[in-house]
Amino acid sequence: MKKLLTTASLLVAMAVPAFADGTKIGVITTLSGPAGYLGEQIRAGLQLGLEASGAAFELVVEDDGRDPNTGVQIADRMLNEDGIKIMTGIVFSNVSGAVVPETLDAGAIYVSPNAAPSPLAGEKCNPNYFVVSWQNDSLHEASGAAAKKMGYTTAVALAPNYQAGKDAIAGFSREFGGEVTEIYTGVDQSDFASEMAQIRDKNPQVVFQFHPGGQGIAFLKQYQQAGLLGTVPMVLSEPSYDAVILKAVGPAAIGVTGTTHWNADFDNEASKAMVAAWAAAHPDTPLTTYGQQAYDTGLLIGSALNKAGGDGDVAALQAAMKAADFASTRGSFAFGPNQHPVQDWYLTAIEADEAGNPKIVTKEKIREAVGDVYAANCKM
Amino acid sequence: MILLFEQLLNGLQYGVTLFLLAAGLTLIFGIMGVINLAHGALYMVGAFAAAWVAIQTGSFWGGLVSGLLASALAGVLVELGVMRRLYARDHLDQVLATFALILIFNQSAVMVFGRQPLFTSAPEIFSGAIEILPGLPYPTYRLFVIAVGLVVALGLYVLINKTRVGMLVRAGATNRQMVRALGVNIQGLYTAVFGLGALLAGLAGVMASPIVSVQVGMGDEIILATFVVVVIGGVGSVKGAFVAGIVLGMFDTMLRAFLPATLQQVMPGPEAQALGVGISSMGIYLMMALVLLIRPRGLFAARG
Repeated sequence: MKKLLTTASLLVAMAVPAFADGTKIGVITTLSGPAGYLGEQIRAGLQLGLEASGAAFELVVEDDGRDPNTGVQIADRMLNEDGIKIMTGIVFSNVSGAVVPETLDAGAIYVSPNAAPSPLAGEKCNPNYFVVSWQNDSLHEASGAAAKKMGYTTAVALAPNYQAGKDAIAGFSREFGGEVTEIYTGVDQSDFASEMAQIRDKNPQVVFQFHPGGQGIAFLKQYQQAGLLGTVPMVLSEPSYDAVILKAVGPAAIGVTGTTHWNADFDNEASKAMVAAWAAAHPDTPLTTYGQQAYDTGLLIGSALNKAGGDGDVAALQAAMKAADFASTRGSFAFGPNQHPVQDWYLTAIEADEAGNPKIVTKEKIREAVGDVYAANCKM
Repeated sequence: MILLFEQLLNGLQYGVTLFLLAAGLTLIFGIMGVINLAHGALYMVGAFAAAWVAIQTGSFWGGLVSGLLASALAGVLVELGVMRRLYARDHLDQVLATFALILIFNQSAVMVFGRQPLFTSAPEIFSGAIEILPGLPYPTYRLFVIAVGLVVALGLYVLINKTRVGMLVRAGATNRQMVRALGVNIQGLYTAVFGLGALLAGLAGVMASPIVSVQVGMGDEIILATFVVVVIGGVGSVKGAFVAGIVLGMFDTMLRAFLPATLQQVMPGPEAQALGVGISSMGIYLMMALVLLIRPRGLFAARG
């Protein structure tokens, strides 16, 4: 009897690892603080995208708390102790700037679902570094192009004082071409009364602001409270008006113009499948572009894993990634020479739906098949 | 001119928020001799309770009452459970214990409310803007915050200077041991003072909730500035908290508003911005260092 039990349990124990045999993927993302929901969107999107690709995977998720030091410590453990070959998940550019070089030095591949700072897009580009979302500047160049198209010539641009904020204002100014007054806010700031006063004083034709997460909510609310919403038009890039921000801000956001690379009303099969999968898995949480970017990242990693048969041969995996053989939720997708996306950009308007709540409506395509300005500096 | 006036009002509103927080903290520090790092957590409790009730019922005033009750209750519970054991102990032990409380409160908030920030709006009557000067529509709600702060300051003045309880509070701030030796129920006084401090912190949180996003960790940011106010104003002095709070609030706001633009006259754009923002963040700490050089006990220290 005892022998039978021992044999049986041994057999069971040997069988179990077969189920947990997926490739480990390291996910370092921001799950705490006012922007914690961004990390939750990324984690959820990665999960759904990888499931849709049919690859065998296992997500190893850790919270970086928006702190580069924490991110590096986690990466060190994942790369050296767990032997993980594919890393992803980082939301914020300051963490990315510290973790990505560490990952590349260890010979692993990093696929970015969100942060794509300019230093890593130009001279410091690397065959093992892929970006699925957009390059930071190009995200905001679209808003600049939109503001210019709408006929404005003077603007006030606001962003927090860190790499992505500087990229944002640089990108906006580059395409806008008009007169831009730059105002940098604090990375932890949530009371913008002072900035509202400065905007009122400058009296520009349009305001551009980049404040992701909780900061975005506070800014939009205070913009409306200060009486500026009706008088000075606002053009936003997608992180400043994601679906969670809109749900929190409510009617105060109606009337704002935005730009995006993807919206929930897109008509292609992959996007519709993603929207349905998300609604089934997370009925109470709106799907934002963070979730969509992570879903596309999951599809890409999944397609590469299927093609290369796992992460045993990193070179084969890298080649499979570069091929980008997956149906993206944004319709057309291709990698540029620096392995950042070449994609289309759309103008959106925030309108009221039947219940009076804000809804993002895609209006027109304003940029077609554009990459980023740093691709020329990349010598790969 | 309009810009200057608007920034002054912004500074006053921030200063009043700092005063509400600092008044409670300075009383706790002065009378009970306890460093309470968890004061910011009580601010967060007030804000969360108010925001949640306001979202459920649609009423800001219901949220206000709930926020006050929740923070006062949390304060009393913290006092009974944790603070009582800390009075006789070293300041370092108090710092450790109250820091642990911050972490506990933050994680509890995550478990109960999740990571997404809560949003409330100002009550209907205050949701517009009043044209104070021609060309300056100032949000009515912020004027309401300033008014509430000034009324509370007046109320505290009356409480501290004209009532028996206030007399005990002043005596406790001046010489704690003597008050105990005179047979006053010091435990009851301590609980009352802590509860009052928690109530004020909760009120600050409720007032701030329509303006800033109500999120986990919101108390951590403002508690630093609050400590600076307490140190500059003098430990144990509500008058000091008022003066220091208003002055600091205005100084910080004016610095953030005008320094980057001023620096842009002498150096290129992005660098001026970065330097200006950096120096403005340091502004209140530089002021604290200056005040301590001249008056080491703060401006209106209670102890002789």
